[in-house]
Amino acid sequence: MSPDPALPRIPARLAGAEPGGAPPPAPPPAPPSAPPPVAARARPAPRPGRILLWTFGLLAILFLLAPVLAVLPLSFSAGSFLHYPLPGLSLRWYADFWNSDFWLPALWNSLRVGAGAALLAGALGTLAAFGLWRGRFRGQAVVMAVLLAPMVVPAIIVAVALLLFFGPLGLTNSFTGLILGHAALGAPFVVVTVLAALQQFDPVQLRAAAACGASPLRAFWRVCLPQIMPGVAAGAVFAFATSLDEVAVALFIAGPAQRTLPRQMFSGLNDSISLTIMAAAMVLVLISGLLLLAVTLLRRAR
Amino acid sequence: MAAGVATPLKARLAAAALVAPLLLFLLGVFVLPIGAFLFRAVQESDVAPVLPRTVAALSAWDGAAPPGEAAFAALVEDLREARARDQQSGGGEVARASARLNADLPGFRSLLPMTARRVAAPFEGEARAAVLAISEEWGAIAPWAAIRRAGGPVSDFNLLAVLDLKRDATGGLGTAPPDEAIFRAILWRTLWMGVLATAICLAIGYPLAWLIATAPPRAVPWLMAGVLLPFWTSLIVRTAAWMVLLQREGVVNAALGALRLVEEPLPLLFNRGAVLLAMVHILLPFMVLPIYASLKSLDWRLPRAAVSLGASPARAFRRVTLPLSLPGVGAGCLLVFIQALGFYVTPALLGGANDQMLPYFVAFYASRTVNWGMAAALSCLILAAVAVILAVYGRLVGFSRMRPA
Repeated sequence: MSPDPALPRIPARLAGAEPGGAPPPAPPPAPPSAPPPVAARARPAPRPGRILLWTFGLLAILFLLAPVLAVLPLSFSAGSFLHYPLPGLSLRWYADFWNSDFWLPALWNSLRVGAGAALLAGALGTLAAFGLWRGRFRGQAVVMAVLLAPMVVPAIIVAVALLLFFGPLGLTNSFTGLILGHAALGAPFVVVTVLAALQQFDPVQLRAAAACGASPLRAFWRVCLPQIMPGVAAGAVFAFATSLDEVAVALFIAGPAQRTLPRQMFSGLNDSISLTIMAAAMVLVLISGLLLLAVTLLRRAR
Repeated sequence: MAAGVATPLKARLAAAALVAPLLLFLLGVFVLPIGAFLFRAVQESDVAPVLPRTVAALSAWDGAAPPGEAAFAALVEDLREARARDQQSGGGEVARASARLNADLPGFRSLLPMTARRVAAPFEGEARAAVLAISEEWGAIAPWAAIRRAGGPVSDFNLLAVLDLKRDATGGLGTAPPDEAIFRAILWRTLWMGVLATAICLAIGYPLAWLIATAPPRAVPWLMAGVLLPFWTSLIVRTAAWMVLLQREGVVNAALGALRLVEEPLPLLFNRGAVLLAMVHILLPFMVLPIYASLKSLDWRLPRAAVSLGASPARAFRRVTLPLSLPGVGAGCLLVFIQALGFYVTPALLGGANDQMLPYFVAFYASRTVNWGMAAALSCLILAAVAVILAVYGRLVGFSRMRPA
């Protein structure tokens, strides 16, 4: 892992994760001439303060990582207890996951809904970000507030509101309804990520394309889109991850046929915890790891 | 705007047209549904269709003494018709009105159907005497005041109820009776948990962000992975992990028992500490990442200049570095606090009955008791809190950095 490509991208990721205030995604990567942070100078003789900071920081990271890492191995247990030591190793809980009537379909539903939501949010969000980047128009601040609102409204409120609103429209207990709801929750992440990608795009290229006779649509499609594609893809991955993580909306508007994996886990946890849930957790962690990997590679591609 | 030389009208129209699809989409599946849902907080549609004459008769009533014969006669007529409609269609109109009135005045759930049943048979003489013969309760002010409050089309009943307030018969504001007055405590609990989670995240997150921002370059990806991996792990997985760790037969208790540190398994789950622990665990990356970003973009020559001009390192931190990193701190606190206000899944799974926060009660009213009015009023309360925090943040830090300017 080379450190540099990852660093300047953090602000962009942040802008994606939050409604306000992060440093603008625009600032160019710290110039290589920037003085090295204190640590570099302190390295020859680490001050006690640095040692304390490292100890504290590593403990904090341990706190972040340990809980999940501590329980995942339980999914390989040959017994059915939720603690160590394991009576033996087996894949029986994964077999249970694979053979049961609801776990595998739930995973399949999650992937379907996530893909649908990511496609919808990705397409609409990219267009909107391009529009916001192209020019100012009246009421832009209000429009921006609406576009980003799904990031600050608690999911439970969205869930109950959609239950009431989608009910009469026949969209509850349907994949369409769930995809629409999840796309709305994921769209702001696409907008912010694509806007960040567009900051790196030189608009003069669009004029050059126009001068060469390209229509605006063609200029966008052939000149702009290929260059911001990593950002678009990263935005879609965020939207997919949002959908994959979502419980409240799925809890309220999905029927038994649309149960997603987190929704199924929620029921399982409410009910009685079996180790199959740990197997499901392992599956989700692997998918999340793949998504993080995808986003990291996409950042590097930019 | 990056493109922003002078934007001619055509370009502005094109920009608006590109934004329109997402805007319309969000208006349709986000703004409109939430607006319609929140409107239910003030909407009163359960009682007026069932008791139209009674509501009309009470409109001129002063609420100081029980109403006169006209209201009783209207009630009898309304109940007879409603009961007939219910029997014809199986509609349950009386039941719905009783449920709404019972939320205001406990006892109505049985009083109204009972009265409806008994007045269905014809009687001689005054309606007042006949109704009072069915139940003395109709001789009081309270049931009539409840009917008038619920008469609609809109009322502040639910919005007041979530603030533990209630109007009396004359329309004056008073505190709700103690057994109904639970929501202020829940609101404070929600805010307090949010403040605690934010403070703990800040206390852990700032030093961690500082470490990552000042670590040797080759250590940074590893430290960053330690923050990003949990950040990307599903919330439900992290909540499940805490459940498995903390439950009675769980990992922690088994380990403590094996080490002979405890005789009996400790009750680690279903309490507020477990909820707070998991909240901090889940929200910590949201604090670390913005602070890291602002520390990373900070010009480290400035604190060093302060030190070379004679400031102690602590003073250089307090007067130079900390102020420069405040935008990140503000963004982190905003993110953590707003999300803490909306936490539903984690407290629902890890908390006990007394550890639930506002979102839980939104879900409770929406799914268990199907009281949309209260669910909407509680949602208004949460959104108001979110709006206040956003406004404070906008005033203190500003959103200008956010706009793609």
